[in-house]
Amino acid sequence: MKNEWPLWEVFIRGQHGMSHRHVGSLHAPDAEMAIKNARDVYTRRNEGVSIWVVEAAHIAASSPGDKGPLYEPSNSKVYRHPTFFDIPEDVGAM
Amino acid sequence: MTKTLSKDEALFQFLLRLGDNTLVLGHRVSEWCGHSPVLEEDIALANTALDMIGQTQFWLGLAGEVEGKGKTADNLAFLRDVWDFRNLLLVEQPNGDFGQTMMRQFLFDAWHSIMLGRLLKSSDQRVADIAEKASKEVAYHLERSADTVVGLGDGTEESHAKMQAALDLLWPYVGEMFVGDEVDAEMVKADIAPDPASLRDEYDALVGRILADATLTVPDSKFAHKGGKTGTRHSEHLGHILTQMQWLQRAYPGATW
Repeated sequence: MKNEWPLWEVFIRGQHGMSHRHVGSLHAPDAEMAIKNARDVYTRRNEGVSIWVVEAAHIAASSPGDKGPLYEPSNSKVYRHPTFFDIPEDVGAM
Repeated sequence: MTKTLSKDEALFQFLLRLGDNTLVLGHRVSEWCGHSPVLEEDIALANTALDMIGQTQFWLGLAGEVEGKGKTADNLAFLRDVWDFRNLLLVEQPNGDFGQTMMRQFLFDAWHSIMLGRLLKSSDQRVADIAEKASKEVAYHLERSADTVVGLGDGTEESHAKMQAALDLLWPYVGEMFVGDEVDAEMVKADIAPDPASLRDEYDALVGRILADATLTVPDSKFAHKGGKTGTRHSEHLGHILTQMQWLQRAYPGATW
């Protein structure tokens, strides 16, 4: 639809030190209104300390059809995962 | 009026004015719930309405305390009739279309933010505390309504025409915000609140700047409808609002959760 506002993807940082996480999407006429709408739609209950929005059209995404070549080769290489270390509690969120 | 008001009587009236503004406008804005042009605006308007109802609880709660007759904020909101309400005529005006609602919101938010800014320095700490809490919410309301007024005013030919019509319709309700009476005089004397007229310059500067950005023309008239904040002449709309808002207490007096 021509008159539809563009779609924006919304990313929220839950607390300092954490990374922004994708929480959903919404429509807005421009970036500023997208941040305001995100504030109203996604942070009403104190969920965040920072908001990022990006127009959905600007996100380049991998194709689900490529999942074989992209991801399968790593399945058999467990040594690439640092899962053999115990992480001390004091380290906190990683 | 020759009757002289005690400081507490005047403070009670002043608090009713603040609380009734946010109660009536909060109710008006809540009427959009489920009807807004887009989902995002629906949620934003509902949030704004809830903010204002929350502020009402503080103002009317304090009003009941100052009056000293054991009334709660709920008693004051639901058990008074039209002539006891002290809100500005502006906030009881119908929603109209979305643009008209946002214009009404902007004209109120601009005054509200300036008023709360002054109340931060109130000699009454209870008033200053409520103003501090509310002013953060209202700063956001103003940002949002101003942006929308600019977006629609400086938008398409149709949206511009609708916003200019909304401004022409609502402008005569702006003047009442700046008219003082004996209640205000008492508040000024006690250093609790500013003289309403003293907010006008700041208001005209703020509103003038936003409306210029919105390419809208401020009507060249100082005519002002009056009688809301004194309760002497509410428009017919307030009675209709109350029949809805107070329906439960009217049908089932004393009903509680």
